[in-house]
Amino acid sequence: MAGSKEIRTKIKSVENTRKITKAMEMVAASKMRKAQDRMRASRPYADKIRNVAAHLSFAQAEYKHPFLVKRDIVKNVGLIVVSSDKGLCGGLNTNMLRLSVNQMKTWESEGKSISVSAIGNKGFSFMNRVGANVKSHITGLGDVPHMENLIGTIKVMLDAYEAGEIDQLYICYTKFINTMKQEPTMQQLLPLSGEQLGSPTGHWDYIYEPEAKPVVDNLMMRYIESLIYNAVAENMASEQSSRMVAMKSASDNAKEVIGDLKLIYNKARQAAITKEISEIVGGAAAVS
Amino acid sequence: MANTVHIDVVSAEASIFSGEAEFVVAPASAGEVGIFPHHAPMVTSIKPGALRIKLPDTAEETLIFISGGILEVQPGLITVLADTAVRGHDLDEAKAVAAKEAAIEAMQNRTSDMDYAKAQAELSEALAQIQAIERLRKTTH
Repeated sequence: MAGSKEIRTKIKSVENTRKITKAMEMVAASKMRKAQDRMRASRPYADKIRNVAAHLSFAQAEYKHPFLVKRDIVKNVGLIVVSSDKGLCGGLNTNMLRLSVNQMKTWESEGKSISVSAIGNKGFSFMNRVGANVKSHITGLGDVPHMENLIGTIKVMLDAYEAGEIDQLYICYTKFINTMKQEPTMQQLLPLSGEQLGSPTGHWDYIYEPEAKPVVDNLMMRYIESLIYNAVAENMASEQSSRMVAMKSASDNAKEVIGDLKLIYNKARQAAITKEISEIVGGAAAVS
Repeated sequence: MANTVHIDVVSAEASIFSGEAEFVVAPASAGEVGIFPHHAPMVTSIKPGALRIKLPDTAEETLIFISGGILEVQPGLITVLADTAVRGHDLDEAKAVAAKEAAIEAMQNRTSDMDYAKAQAELSEALAQIQAIERLRKTTH
């Protein structure tokens, strides 16, 4: 029985791998459900704040927030890259990073300089490795995105925009479409365009308390933050469902490999038995 | 029907409260404001404190603690956009500085400029691997 021991060990090891991928698949499935709920929970806030911001951008004549003003010459671009902290989630980060790098290359060829802000470990280490100008980063967000952790990273970019260091701000993340489909997306955050906000109904203005400017400033910052938070929440849902799909196919593959190996093992065993029998028969024939 | 106004309390991380109210008291930045139904449109920022909502048909008030945010009032609708984090100019600034410093520290290990060729090579390699796996999966099924 040559090699049967090796095949047995191999089967054992593939079975162990399959146990792990199966467990990861189930963990990802349960996390995905929670991540989707969180993604949905962040929507009412984003919708509400967009309505108010839309109102302000139209009704407010006396004060125009810098986030709403389009700049004529765009020389510096900011990009927020949202990725996952951990790997083993299929092509999620690769696809998103490819979109970012292609866009960055286009910007570079147009003579624009680029600063990057990275959310998530994968994007950060990639950008760092290839030598992008990383202005700020946050890693190790865990399974639940918290606004508190994101504020600092976002503020660096918003401050840079207000100070004129960047003229446009984009965000690149993986949009969650459904469990089987996630799409890398690039979205312009700043300057905010009126169309993005939608037009309000009627012509009336708010009473601002204490004053228009601080309230509008506050609101605009919250709005951008909520957009980014939304992107992070969506990216996390994408990550979990992408991981679930990747682990499911890994488990399926392991199952197939086990099946093939078992066939080989049984064939080898059968061959050995046949050989033994023919040897015995041959020996008996020689004796008699 | 009682004279009520719809109130939504939402934060970026969750929807906190939604329902009808007779009277709402919010801790606005310029002092507490009480809002009855059909209030004039108003926007104000709110400071950390308790939001008191008087529900119809009960003598009780619902208390919600919020760590700041924005209050929007329309005649038939009150929206409280609550912050989930404790905010303050100095606090935000400190976080921004920390994020910046972390990035600078991480960047000190290298000096080269953005290498697009390297980036694209790395990505296309990873992508090719994924595609190969997918093709393999299709043919074996």
